[in-house]
Amino acid sequence: MSDPNGLIQPGRTAPDFTLPATPDGALTGPQQFRGRPVVLAFYPADWSPVCGDQMSLYQSAAPVFAQYQAVVLGVSVDSIWSHRAFAESRGIEFPLLADFEPKGEVSRRYGAYQPQQGEAARALVVLDPTGTVTWSHLSPPDVNPGADGIFDALDQLAADRKVMAG
Amino acid sequence: MTTPLQVTARLRDPVTADDHIRGPADAAVTIVEYGDFQCQFCGAAYPNLHELLRQRADTVRLVYRYFPIANVHPYAERAAETAEAAAVRGRFWEMHDWLYEHQDQLDPVHLSLGVEQVGLPPDELNAEVENRTHADRVRRDFVGGIRSGVNGTPTLFVNGVRHDGGYDLPDLLTAADAAANA
Repeated sequence: MSDPNGLIQPGRTAPDFTLPATPDGALTGPQQFRGRPVVLAFYPADWSPVCGDQMSLYQSAAPVFAQYQAVVLGVSVDSIWSHRAFAESRGIEFPLLADFEPKGEVSRRYGAYQPQQGEAARALVVLDPTGTVTWSHLSPPDVNPGADGIFDALDQLAADRKVMAG
Repeated sequence: MTTPLQVTARLRDPVTADDHIRGPADAAVTIVEYGDFQCQFCGAAYPNLHELLRQRADTVRLVYRYFPIANVHPYAERAAETAEAAAVRGRFWEMHDWLYEHQDQLDPVHLSLGVEQVGLPPDELNAEVENRTHADRVRRDFVGGIRSGVNGTPTLFVNGVRHDGGYDLPDLLTAADAAANA
């Protein structure tokens, strides 16, 4: 699963993992947030020049994510030290996970890795509260995908749950 | 369970009378800008948009919506709420212009001076900002922008379609003329 075209698709069970997270280095993974939607935001690297910084955008949209009780986890191959400095410079409070050793292992398992660059692809994966992939999107590395696709997916999740409850 | 949704980049919140609009009501081209008063790229685009409106005075109008990225720009929300306080007094564009022309002076002390220069009562506006009187309006713009695919600032929508080109005057003229002739 090293081909970015092989990004994990809806309906699949999200592979379990834990990675060190900034700022305290504790291990974090999606299974820790079962019962809530989880957004995995794979991105090439801290400080990577994308016009309008994607992780800053997600931080500023935190109140909207909170309405869905959704958890955002950023994932790149950077070390926790890079993540820590990056998070501090951007005021990012959600976890940035270090897919650092073995390098890119988790990104590969999600089909969100660019072997030539040695970096994660810019990919979004939304997990439902049971840990099943409900939406995924691969963006060109230099294009910030924004958050509209994520919120559409979270809306869809909320609607599906309402139907099931009804 | 669900098929992948398309990530679209179209304006979802239509322009209404509540918006801050500069230019003719019947303009063939409407540019909606999602901006952050403390963002240097918005500051760089500001004179170009101004010149675009001057050169295409009959065809282009500009709508400004707030998109403060507060975690990077500590004064951005305050500036946006001050602009909205000016807006309810009919002085939005004067405040908007002052903010972009004084991007390095958005701290509360200088901002109060700016409010005074625009001809508004600083104490009154300051109290409204402290009480977050206009926070909902700013947030409404922000959330609408997120839902429309705003991925940074400035983001422009030209007749409802996200403009993914540059913000130099030639780029803006080309985009506006293309939309006018579409």
